[in-house]
Amino acid sequence: MPLSWFQMAVQLFVTCLVDSFFPEVGEATVDVLESAGETVEFPADQTCCGQPAYNVGLRDDARKMAAHTLDVLDATDGPIVLPSGSCTDMIVHHIPELMAGDPRRAAQAERVAGRTRELSQFLVDDLGLETVGPGCGDCSVAYHPSCHGLRNLNLRTQAESLLDHTEGVQRVELPDAENCCGFGGLFSVEMPEVSVAMMETKLKNVEASGAAILVGGDVSCLMHLGGGLHRNDSAVTVKHFAEILAGRLDNAHDD
Amino acid sequence: MTIEPVTFLGRVKRDRESGVVIPVSEAARRMSAYRVAASVDFPLMEEMRDRAREVRLHTLANLDKYLAQFASQVEANGGQVHWAADGDEANAIIRQIADDNDVRTVVKSKSMVTEEIDLNESLEAAGLSIVETDLGEFIVQLSGDKPSHIIAPVLHKTRYDIGELFAAKLDRGFSTDPAELTQMAREHLRREFLTADMGISGCNMAIADTGTVVLVTNEGNGRLTTTAPRIHVTVMGMERIVPTFGDASAVLEVLARAGTGQRLSVYTNFVSGSRRHGDPDGPDAFHVVILDNGRSRTLGGQEAEILACIRCGACLNICPVYREVGGHAYGFTYPGPIGAVVTPSLKGLDEWHELPYASTLCGACVEACPVRIDIPKMLLTLRSRAATDGHLPGWLTFAIGRYATAATHPRQFRLLLKAGGVVGSMMARDGWISKAPSHGANWTGARDLPQPAKQPFHARWKARHGA
Ligand code: SF4
Repeated sequence: MPLSWFQMAVQLFVTCLVDSFFPEVGEATVDVLESAGETVEFPADQTCCGQPAYNVGLRDDARKMAAHTLDVLDATDGPIVLPSGSCTDMIVHHIPELMAGDPRRAAQAERVAGRTRELSQFLVDDLGLETVGPGCGDCSVAYHPSCHGLRNLNLRTQAESLLDHTEGVQRVELPDAENCCGFGGLFSVEMPEVSVAMMETKLKNVEASGAAILVGGDVSCLMHLGGGLHRNDSAVTVKHFAEILAGRLDNAHDD
Repeated sequence: MTIEPVTFLGRVKRDRESGVVIPVSEAARRMSAYRVAASVDFPLMEEMRDRAREVRLHTLANLDKYLAQFASQVEANGGQVHWAADGDEANAIIRQIADDNDVRTVVKSKSMVTEEIDLNESLEAAGLSIVETDLGEFIVQLSGDKPSHIIAPVLHKTRYDIGELFAAKLDRGFSTDPAELTQMAREHLRREFLTADMGISGCNMAIADTGTVVLVTNEGNGRLTTTAPRIHVTVMGMERIVPTFGDASAVLEVLARAGTGQRLSVYTNFVSGSRRHGDPDGPDAFHVVILDNGRSRTLGGQEAEILACIRCGACLNICPVYREVGGHAYGFTYPGPIGAVVTPSLKGLDEWHELPYASTLCGACVEACPVRIDIPKMLLTLRSRAATDGHLPGWLTFAIGRYATAATHPRQFRLLLKAGGVVGSMMARDGWISKAPSHGANWTGARDLPQPAKQPFHARWKARHGA
């Protein structure tokens, strides 16, 4: 990438789940990027990258959504940043696969994939930052590395290291952290028994960690785990790491 | 081997209720930890994984050539080769060999491929007596059960279960001490080995340029099965080939490490035919049955690479789904991630379209797999075919179709989010929905659902930036 690429405004792709359920995570992402000195732009016609359709096997629907996403993003310049490992993985790896049969789309998919970064990846690997933002003050957190970011984007340390360098954040180890939480997209409603069993295993480890806040990088998994914690009357809450960095702990969710 | 009841979730429910998944989960975690420790201990592990993968992929790309070479080498060594298109043919061939040689009793060493074709049932129906000699398989047979793991068939049983079983069936008193239990089984099995007419083994690898069958075991029963009886029959899937001894050793470097965390299994047998002049022991005749049973079709399809599998079991051990549901949930011989691909590939999606969906696509399997098979990618291609074949529930296809339409019309999409916020706020209390209607209940059965935002991000951005 040319150096000037990093000097361009960041194009924020918030993901459909942040847009609809967790707008406060989108706002925290903007805060974090701005404290990193970035100018943030939001391509207004963005919707969903197509991952839900792709993962259940409905490739024509997925291709439609992916094509729309490509058109919206390809009309912009500069880095594209997402507060989600899973949707980043979709844009970086799966959309190019989906478009392989169409040379024009394939080229577009490659262009967009090359510019796309997950938030912690952008901050740490591209910008070389140790941390950003004011942080949350004193808080004890455990970090759950969501699978697609962890394994498909190789995000092994980025978010953890951001948290570890943030003043006041006490990060405790989450036992068996890399074991999947059981969300799995539509798996969570197609096979709820299995999804919930996996969730309970994860939540046992969360409780055992002693952390007050379970932090992650994908609101999908956090929605699943947070929903379980709330149902179980747990004192533990869930937050995206952008919220911790931005110090937005009591974001009212529904306003 | 198929397992009732007929649906994945039905089997999951039964096995979670009965508690058989608990020992599976614990043992799978342990075995994963052994694998990780063995890899840390072996600086060449990553390199050897690449090498083993190369060997397997090269073999698959040239399978016809190496199979022909293997067959002619077996014959040159005095063995006989039989080709079976499916399980029925393989079973008929083996019954015929038994018949031709007045075989009445059979001992077997562990073989998943014979489970795949229900060989035991077929031979028993023909009046033969079969005894499984792998300790785990012996326990499975005694209890009329099914294996729940490809290398550790009784992962789902505790030593208490086994103690009770032996007390009831072997008439040897009750023990829960693994060493004592093993001794009971050994004494029982020793008699069987000495009197059996035929030994049937599986095959971990078949070396093309020497016609050698490689058996990897930890109990020595494979060695007895292939040497003590008059006749030795090896049953192998047609993809088990490797070109040379050197290639076999590349696979051996990673097989036990990935499977059990051992550097090498306790026994590695190389069988190159029947007893030769001057040999102190060995069978009079050596037969190899090479089974297709859907493999050539798989080889020509999008999941061809699954045939590179060396059956180590690492993907089962690491799989967070397998750890919660155990092996029987997968309904067929091969459980876990490998089964979720192999079973529908070999047997078709019509009956097995649920299995590719029994995964979160977390990718732990490909990370653990010694030959780096991209199982999630294959689950996705299988899902795409299952969806095309109409195996998805109608409501889901409909909902995704509508969502895709909205997502390609930004104004519609923004309205949809707004509407979601309004409806959500009517259902929620204190920001949470605890009882969603219709298929939403699949979510709220055990999890609360956060209320969709009244002001989606789109609207907030617009309010903040006026654009
Ligand atoms: S797919 Fe890989 S990890 Fe799973 S059994 Fe086969 S070789 Fe082992």
